[in-house]
Amino acid sequence: MIPLWMYLLVAALLFCIGIYGVLARRNAVAILMSVELMLNAVNINLVAFWRYLAPQDMSGQAFAAFVFVIAAAEAAVGLAILLFVYRTKRSVIVEDVNLLRW
Amino acid sequence: MIELNAQTIAFAVLSALVLGGALGVVTTRNLVHGALWLVLSLLGVAGYFVLLSAPFLAAVQVLVYIGAIAILIVFAVMLTRSMTSLGEVRNRQWWLSAITVILLFLLLAAGIILPVWGRGAPGEVTTLSATVGGAAELGAALVAGDGFVLPFEVASILLTAAMIGAIVVARDEEDEQA
Repeated sequence: MIPLWMYLLVAALLFCIGIYGVLARRNAVAILMSVELMLNAVNINLVAFWRYLAPQDMSGQAFAAFVFVIAAAEAAVGLAILLFVYRTKRSVIVEDVNLLRW
Repeated sequence: MIELNAQTIAFAVLSALVLGGALGVVTTRNLVHGALWLVLSLLGVAGYFVLLSAPFLAAVQVLVYIGAIAILIVFAVMLTRSMTSLGEVRNRQWWLSAITVILLFLLLAAGIILPVWGRGAPGEVTTLSATVGGAAELGAALVAGDGFVLPFEVASILLTAAMIGAIVVARDEEDEQA
């Protein structure tokens, strides 16, 4: 049997890689992909805790399902904003999009 | 310790898929390749769900994440031509981000490993329960009055609002006037 901490460790590593992508990448599409990685790390944690600690109670799976919904909404809105920014600025490099900066 | 059987081998392979795919996403220059790495990573997570006896979530992961979100990202890459305007992959503070992330990971790893390290590990689960709720129980919990019916409805409204918002934001106004 695989101990619970191994799942948690992989999820933590995945989350940290995602944070690195969000902080260090310049392309907005790459940043969105990194956010998806972070959401997946959260999902691994939710399902692993559900399986090991409360397999009869469906809360863990239900939470994971809600994370799917949020991820889909985030991807749709994020990419729509990205297309709009690309049309107005001709760039998806986040440093070029500084309209709201003073 | 950990015996070598089909489950542990599958776990090792899936971990390699998940983490390798994730590293590919954050390091690759070509964003189409990045999207493919992302698909690999998401597939590994779907495998995790199978290992954790949540096959319904694994199917949803493949359908929603790989089938919809990854394809949406590929569309965004194509539409913004961001794979041709490459330039520098990382910004100037990337080393600062790397240090922060490594420190954060060490903190998380300490929090995960220290409680189960040595001395009998009081909180450690040693045997998995054989009875597991499946897709039918999940569906019942999502619409039960004392379950998740309210969050379920709110999630539906959120998804509808997000889809309408995405269409409104991404619509080309000049095209409509012409």
